[in-house]
Amino acid sequence: MSVFGDIFALMRGDPQADRVVPRSGQSVRLTVAVAGAMAFLAVFALALSVSAGRLADRWSDALALTSTIRLSAPPAEAPAQLATVMTILDQTPGIARTRVIGAEEQAALLEPWFGPDLPLGDLPVPQLIEIVETPEGYDDDGLRLRLAAEVPAAVLDDHTRWRRPLVAAAERLRLLGGLALALILGSTAAMVTLAAQASLASNQPVIRVLRLVGARDSYIARAFVRRFTLRAFTGALAGTGLGLGALLAIPDTGTAGAVLSDLGFRGQEWAMPLGVPLLAAVTAFWATRIAAFRTLRSLP
Amino acid sequence: MIEMHDAAYGYGSDLVLSDLTLRLAPGSFHFLTGPSGSGKTTFLKLCYAELLPVRGQVTIFGNSADALNRDAVARARQRIGVVHQDCQFLDHLPLDENIALPLTVSRRASATRTQDLADLLTWVGLMPRAHAMPPELSGGERQRAALARAIITDPDLILADEPTGNVDWEMSIRLLRLLVELNRMGKTILIATHDLGLIRAAKQQVGARVLRLNRGRIEAAAAEL
Ligand SMILES: Nc1ncnc2c1ncn2[C@@H]1O[C@H](COP(=O)(O)OP(=O)(O)OP(=O)(O)O)[C@@H](O)[C@H]1O
Ligand SMILES: [Mg+2]
Repeated sequence: MSVFGDIFALMRGDPQADRVVPRSGQSVRLTVAVAGAMAFLAVFALALSVSAGRLADRWSDALALTSTIRLSAPPAEAPAQLATVMTILDQTPGIARTRVIGAEEQAALLEPWFGPDLPLGDLPVPQLIEIVETPEGYDDDGLRLRLAAEVPAAVLDDHTRWRRPLVAAAERLRLLGGLALALILGSTAAMVTLAAQASLASNQPVIRVLRLVGARDSYIARAFVRRFTLRAFTGALAGTGLGLGALLAIPDTGTAGAVLSDLGFRGQEWAMPLGVPLLAAVTAFWATRIAAFRTLRSLP
Repeated sequence: MIEMHDAAYGYGSDLVLSDLTLRLAPGSFHFLTGPSGSGKTTFLKLCYAELLPVRGQVTIFGNSADALNRDAVARARQRIGVVHQDCQFLDHLPLDENIALPLTVSRRASATRTQDLADLLTWVGLMPRAHAMPPELSGGERQRAALARAIITDPDLILADEPTGNVDWEMSIRLLRLLVELNRMGKTILIATHDLGLIRAAKQQVGARVLRLNRGRIEAAAAEL
């Protein structure tokens, strides 16, 4: 009855025990075919989930970038308005840090466009204030309204914020990929259970003889478990291979369709689909084992 | 080996067997006889826990049959050699593997057992048919194969249901000699049969007791034969 005994027996193999249950049977062939198809789908679900996750990570990294406020006030009013802006920012929830960008730094930012000798003091260059938000973020519409009311010369420039819904969408896609994977796994378990039950039912005379000559339930169950686990593994291995081949065969769209050609695995992620046949084998192992013991207990 | 105390069995509401109180002592040799349909096969099924008594108690190797779980039943059956009346085999395995099946399922297959198998096949005259598939066998061949399968594990108790029903007299005597020999080695033996000639032949060789089933009850019938 021990699970470990079953697992070791499975790996060791037992040609004698394999022979006591007839080899034929379409339920076994069905298992290979369905495990293959499910593994093929699982590779895509996994690729979708992983790619969406990668996208979400990259975009939320971009989100961590700061937004800025541009204050284009006449030099005379600049210090007072700057103080007002800083007070408003202080009072706005969701802002982690603020930093007034100094003259030298601003010169350095502008240097690529205007050259090193720019007399910054003579030009109406706006004052820049960098905002680093907290993970929750701040209410950008509220801030914009308040600035418009109190310091009309200050403009909130949050060029990175449009990505926020994209990140949410990518996260959702990652979740859906995972859900699809779970559904595929559940369907595989259900299918193997049905196939194992059919096989157990059609082999009732065999099981009867085995019981009469003193075979224990665990011995009989193992013969079925071994068969279905190995077939599910074989089928899933083939399905995974085909799935990976199909992923590699998606034409490269270059940067234009980056989101499309991004579907797939990068670097170490290629190890993940190799888990699909293993997962199929584990699923088949448990599904058959449970079905076998349940069926055997109902027989004399 | 087997004890019954006031045991009864019925497939429906009517009892096929009742008031069974008896003891199969270790090393004893019993015949079970009675008309067709009197419950001989049912009696044997009670002895190897294929059926459980609806009343009373059946004790197998000291344990109450009701209390045995499925693994314990399997273990008990590894100590009991049963020749079934309908001789079921695994039709996808050749005869020699079928006969060795009790060894296979209890993982006792070994080189000495392989020699036992050859000796046994020779004794029951099935050596030439060793690789035949069960559906190709005659009724008598199946019966001999069933007996061989029942004794290959060297069981403590042998239950044989009409083991000679389909074989000629000469072969019947040959099979009987095998069972008598096993009994001399200390095995407990119970043979269900109609064949009074076989019982007579046996009584010349061993001190066999005869149990007669009549209207669902056991009568000792030693005096009659
Ligand atoms: N599975 C069953 N369901 C219902 N009734 C059964 C079943 N098996 C046997 N019986 C009935 O029980 C009675 C005893 O049957 P059993 O097979 O034990 O007789 P038997 O003495 O072995 O007969 P035979 O000498 O013909 O083999 C018979 O009347 C039979 O019809
Ligand atoms: Mg009978």
